[in-house]
Amino acid sequence: MDVNSKRKYLIIGLFSLTALIIVIRLFTIQVMDPSYKISAENNVLRRVVNFPARGLIYDRNGKLLVFNQAAYDVLITPREMKAFDTLAFCRIVGVEKEELVKEIIFARGYSMYKPSPIIKQLSAQTYAVLQEQLFKYPGFFIQARTLRQFPSQMAAHVLGYIGEVDQKGIDNNAYYESGDYIGKSGIEKSYEAELRGVKGISYMMVDVHNMPKGSFEQGKMDTAAVIGKNLTSTLNADLQSYGEQLLAGKVGSIVAIEPETGEILVLASSPTFDPGLFIGRERSKNFSKLLNDPYKPMLNRAITSSYPPGSTFKIANALIGLEEGVLQSVRYSCQGPGSSPIKCTHNHETPLGLISAIRESCNAYFWQAFKAEINHYPTPAEGLEAFRNFLLEMGIGKKIGGDLYSETSGSIPTISYYDKYFGAGRWNSLTIRSLSIGQGELLLTPLQLSNMVSLIANRGYYIAPHLVKSIQNYDGTQRVLQFDKHTVDAGRENYEMIVQGMEQVVENGTARASAKIDSVIICGKTGTIQNPHGEAHSAFVAFGPKINPKIAIAVYIENGVWGARYAAPIASLIIEKYLKGKISPSRQHWEDGMFNSDLISTMKVETGD
Amino acid sequence: MKARNNILLNLDWITVFLYLVLVMLGWINIYAAVYSDEHQSILDMGQRYGKQLIWIIAGIILAIMVLTIDSKFFAAFATHIYIITILLLVAVLIFGKEVNGARAWFEFGSVALQPAELGKFATNLAIAKCISQFDFKIQKLRSYLTLGAIIALPAILIIMQNDTGSALVFAVFIFVFFREGLSGMVLFWGFAAAALFVLSLVLDEFKLLLFLLSISVAAYGVLRLSIKEALIGILAIIGTFGLIWLIDAIIGLGGSPFQLLLITTVIIAVLFIAFGIFYHVKQVWSILLFFIFAIGISMSVNYFYKNVLIIHQRNRIDEVLGIKTDKLGAGYNVNQSKIAIGSGGITGKGFLNGTQTKYNFVPEQSTDFIFCTVGEEWGFLGSTFVVGLFLILLIRLITLAERQRSQFSRVYGYGVACILFFHIAINISMTIGLAPVIGIPLPFFSYGGSSLWAFTILLFIFLRLDASRTENLR
Repeated sequence: MDVNSKRKYLIIGLFSLTALIIVIRLFTIQVMDPSYKISAENNVLRRVVNFPARGLIYDRNGKLLVFNQAAYDVLITPREMKAFDTLAFCRIVGVEKEELVKEIIFARGYSMYKPSPIIKQLSAQTYAVLQEQLFKYPGFFIQARTLRQFPSQMAAHVLGYIGEVDQKGIDNNAYYESGDYIGKSGIEKSYEAELRGVKGISYMMVDVHNMPKGSFEQGKMDTAAVIGKNLTSTLNADLQSYGEQLLAGKVGSIVAIEPETGEILVLASSPTFDPGLFIGRERSKNFSKLLNDPYKPMLNRAITSSYPPGSTFKIANALIGLEEGVLQSVRYSCQGPGSSPIKCTHNHETPLGLISAIRESCNAYFWQAFKAEINHYPTPAEGLEAFRNFLLEMGIGKKIGGDLYSETSGSIPTISYYDKYFGAGRWNSLTIRSLSIGQGELLLTPLQLSNMVSLIANRGYYIAPHLVKSIQNYDGTQRVLQFDKHTVDAGRENYEMIVQGMEQVVENGTARASAKIDSVIICGKTGTIQNPHGEAHSAFVAFGPKINPKIAIAVYIENGVWGARYAAPIASLIIEKYLKGKISPSRQHWEDGMFNSDLISTMKVETGD
Repeated sequence: MKARNNILLNLDWITVFLYLVLVMLGWINIYAAVYSDEHQSILDMGQRYGKQLIWIIAGIILAIMVLTIDSKFFAAFATHIYIITILLLVAVLIFGKEVNGARAWFEFGSVALQPAELGKFATNLAIAKCISQFDFKIQKLRSYLTLGAIIALPAILIIMQNDTGSALVFAVFIFVFFREGLSGMVLFWGFAAAALFVLSLVLDEFKLLLFLLSISVAAYGVLRLSIKEALIGILAIIGTFGLIWLIDAIIGLGGSPFQLLLITTVIIAVLFIAFGIFYHVKQVWSILLFFIFAIGISMSVNYFYKNVLIIHQRNRIDEVLGIKTDKLGAGYNVNQSKIAIGSGGITGKGFLNGTQTKYNFVPEQSTDFIFCTVGEEWGFLGSTFVVGLFLILLIRLITLAERQRSQFSRVYGYGVACILFFHIAINISMTIGLAPVIGIPLPFFSYGGSSLWAFTILLFIFLRLDASRTENLR
């Protein structure tokens, strides 16, 4: 109709081409590219983690040691935040404005869409107040957490604490994500897997303002939370508390075991700290304060520190000699303080046999015993080797705990050690004689000491010392835990010899004044450990009653001057409390003395300057 | 009576049907876009979908009113309508209500009027009237200027309302002119300039210069109808560049590739000019002119981009060209839009099941981004169907325009098709990241009385003209 009418085809062509390009693009993003579907879900999906209640920990008699309290974290989704009254918020929550601003800036830097915690571990009271006002603060929401709470401030080292998992923990186990809590020490760490339960995940759909709109796919992808399992620990809460009171003002530790089962009744280290310090907003401040405390309250001296055992080691020395068959009936002479090469600090009968030697803690006897033990073998090296192996068998010089966190193995000097120091073949029992009386380079933990005495009490075996008896199943029944039994076959009559010696220590030996209890026969051994840096340390090991023993204990007090001064009274008080239920009036002064003594303020301590 | 019956008989019911289908689909999608559990009734007048129904009904009444007007009225009063619209556009700048830093609306109580929308069909009428005048020849310079002025006047006034996006629609009249005889070369050069605009922004200076050189060589080869000469040109360029590069490496001046290429270009240009003079090759001058012109455009583009465009316009262009992506800032709308549409899959998530729209992740989802609801809930099949419907409408309009005896009607009809095409193409492309985000509605779908009525009037004037086509002689 018109000379240009053919041009309509160009125009229609243009329209069609544009439509085609659009359709191709639609095809690309709707059909071919899956990333939009994923992004859509990311927009909409919120993964909500439901943290289950952590397992409770009870003492052996059912007393609650740790339980849970609700705490609240405040999170913000920066994109949803609008201007708000910062002062009012700071007043409710109790933070400084600068701190709040810092946290908000950090959260914005991390992600504008994802929620970040800005205030952690609000108390329930603060939460209640804030929750009512929350509508004034768009973009803020609160998430509930469970934290630990302690009915009484004790057993901090044993129970341990929980904290946020670090990067290493996340790398090691895919279960953990940033922000999860994990046990960091003690039972909380050893039994983390049982205590933590399983966190539940639910998927919610949210709108652009992060308001929850419903469950994603009717909860098909959700997993339920499983609460943590409760544990029954081996501790006797009253006895533990008593022990901690006795230790107050001193630096040292107590380990008490039930010999028959290896269950640890008391594990106390002093100075200690209030486990509640690691809960709440002051947590990191408290943590660094404790870390920098020169008295090292966070150190568990019962199992992480090792010391020269001093005369308490003579028991082990005796056992080795009896095993080798060289001490049964021999008698050695002692010139008292005039003896050589090792002086004996007491004057007593001479010559004397094993039982008397134990009673009097005779250094001369035990040096000669040691010499005999070493020279029982062709060379000193072989003798030392055998000596070491006996010790290892007794649970000395290695880790022995069944479920203990941060145990150290102590040390027994090796052949190569002496070879390096003196030269190979240029040493013998005389050179290394300080081992005979538990000095020198020998280091034991108080745990190993109490275990050693447990071995004697049992007359020939010990069960790996452990802190947890049983774990509660979900149906309420208890699963009793099993631990390794180790035997040291030395002959019953030999053990009885040592027992008798130890009985005499308490009856009329070095501990007669401080440890004897009426109506119960206790067996023990004192130790006074020479300390080049200051006062000698005070050590005492014991078990009671002599027949069918119920408790084996080791007490080690740094700078306690001598064994019977601090360690023996403490140990015997604990035994008396445990076996009789109360302290007899005649021994009350010991209790008062131990409660009120203070060595710490006069202690010289290395500060970090 | 006879006239009315004629209208009903001659009215293109196909187009009317398409219009009603699109308007209904639009309404349903607004419901889906705005839907919330609290307000479930589609007739809820407090919600946008309820209001849209009112606009639709009013629009249909307007359409009927337009159809009752005598068809000769439009041609007769085109100029008057145009002038009134211009006056309104001026008035709104003075008396209009200020929204978001711009005055684009008149507000009378609860009724709002946007003169820019009137501008579309008013200008269309004016253009149609101008072209259909006796003795009008589009190839004359005077014609260019007149038509240019008719378009430029409302465009500039709309730009002054800070609504550059809406002003762009006037560019689409170039296709109308093309149909009426404008030289295809103008169209061609227009596209070339647009392509150059884009390339200037996307390519760095080295690649751009290289591109221009290559095009020039190719154009030269075409003009001379000789592949051999083009190849010689390529070799000359490569050779010179290599030489320059070697010299630079030896002297150690450390020039950037662009600087080296620039030097090469100057040398080649001199050689080229010498070649042209000595061998009397005329085409050399055309190519030279072309090259200089292209360079000029590139440089102006850069200047324009940095100094004339404002920052959010720059951001949006960067976004669509992929120069910069800012998914949280300037790119947020498009990113969410693509996510919504892309997550629809083949069949979509189903009516009222679009999570992105339901939970309001796409901003402006009942207006500029209404297509996202289609994409997310109806998927690829649904989106293609809607695109198809629009295409059918446009082709139908072209077909109708072609059967007009009156040039006025034909020009107007093409104008309708092109205006609708612009809105449809740009709006949908915007939602899928093929065009920068400019705030223009999707015809018949986007929420809003003003735009719906404007498009309805635009369309039905043409239907009215078409219904009377047999009465015309020319």
